[in-house]
Amino acid sequence: MFWFYAERILGYWPVLLKGLGMTLGLSLLSLLIGAAIGFAFGIIRAGGNRWLSRALGIYIDLFRGTPFLVQVFIVFFILPAAGIELSAFAAGVVALSNLAACFIGEIVAAGLKAVPQGQREAALASGMTPAQQMRLVLMPQALRIVTPSLVGQFVLLIKDSSVVSAIGLLDLTRAGWMIVQSVPQGLMVFGTVGLGYFLICYPLIHLSRRLERRGQDALL
Amino acid sequence: MLGGLNTRVMLEYLPEIWQGFLSTLWLSAAGFLGAMALGVLACALAIQPLRWLRAPAVAYVDVIRATPLLAQLYFLYFGLPRLGIVLPEMLIGIIALSLNSGAYMAEIIRSGILSIPRGQVEAGMSTGLSYLQRMRLIVLPQALRATVSPVIGQTIVLVKDSSLLSLISVVELTRAGQRIAIDRFMPVEGLVATALGYLVLYYALKSAAGAWSARNALPGRG
Repeated sequence: MFWFYAERILGYWPVLLKGLGMTLGLSLLSLLIGAAIGFAFGIIRAGGNRWLSRALGIYIDLFRGTPFLVQVFIVFFILPAAGIELSAFAAGVVALSNLAACFIGEIVAAGLKAVPQGQREAALASGMTPAQQMRLVLMPQALRIVTPSLVGQFVLLIKDSSVVSAIGLLDLTRAGWMIVQSVPQGLMVFGTVGLGYFLICYPLIHLSRRLERRGQDALL
Repeated sequence: MLGGLNTRVMLEYLPEIWQGFLSTLWLSAAGFLGAMALGVLACALAIQPLRWLRAPAVAYVDVIRATPLLAQLYFLYFGLPRLGIVLPEMLIGIIALSLNSGAYMAEIIRSGILSIPRGQVEAGMSTGLSYLQRMRLIVLPQALRATVSPVIGQTIVLVKDSSLLSLISVVELTRAGQRIAIDRFMPVEGLVATALGYLVLYYALKSAAGAWSARNALPGRG
């Protein structure tokens, strides 16, 4: 019985593989876009302009304070009402990148604030412009502090991308959902799906931990 | 685009939204209790010396942390009936939430305990305190203090995660908002009402965490 169903589930390997590809593509694309915006967010949040920083803080809180599922629905249903038609994939990328940007923004801001104040003062005293201070002194040090969290953030993105299946995007979770309609073996189907996620996320979690330990050694 | 928000419809559905809000509240509360129980248990197993008891606890935490909640939820939702276990969707949801957050709670508690410098334990030993006295008087008071803020942080995640239960047709805040979308073809109104409900809970928990750590911060340790 087990082998009968296992064979049927494995017969769906093209769907599973396609779903896995979608999960990876969606998370990677959102990580890249989210990191680009997130770094800008972080610099503003840690920067001198208090009002700008506060306004951005409210924006970030709006997305940190609501479920990702609701955000996906908002992008998918509200933007069309404002005249912007998005495919499910585009909606997924927009929602996931935005979430990534909000979380990465806070991580980068914390990293920048963790760089000792004397570093900025020394850079200022050597006559660097604010852009040079950021590029040559502050950001390289902040980057070392935030790298483990960024890897951890990627794991969260991969897991959050499963929620996008709710608007019908064929990712790994949706693939499982489709297969379970014709092979009624929930444990085996979603065990397989879970294994797919595990094989990607588990090494990344370890990498994040290793980077964290190495970072602590470097700081001592 | 929010200028055209139909507030009359939102007010009309206020009772449904309120019911959904309350459901989310108590689903989260139940999930929190389950998660804390599982978290304490898994952490206790993970830090004790017997390997064969440690392995399952570590495996539990790793598997949960490396897979999405939605896949875990579907695993139980589609899987349990095949084992002859037929439970109401709401209970399946609470079990999934507890299992999921429990793994993160275990990690939080574990790192709280491990953050106590070894020298303090040794100091306790040399003053002649027993294991239980060292735990009760030295380790746990500090460890629990260090744990409160991240536990509240995880509770915020738990409240937001409970929205996924709407996908297995549990009626809570997200599902209640969808009523407006389905009955009246007004997705915007429903989603705005839903989002506001979650933001209330988010800000309540966030300011609780802030107030707590302002009052109880240990000198020299966040």
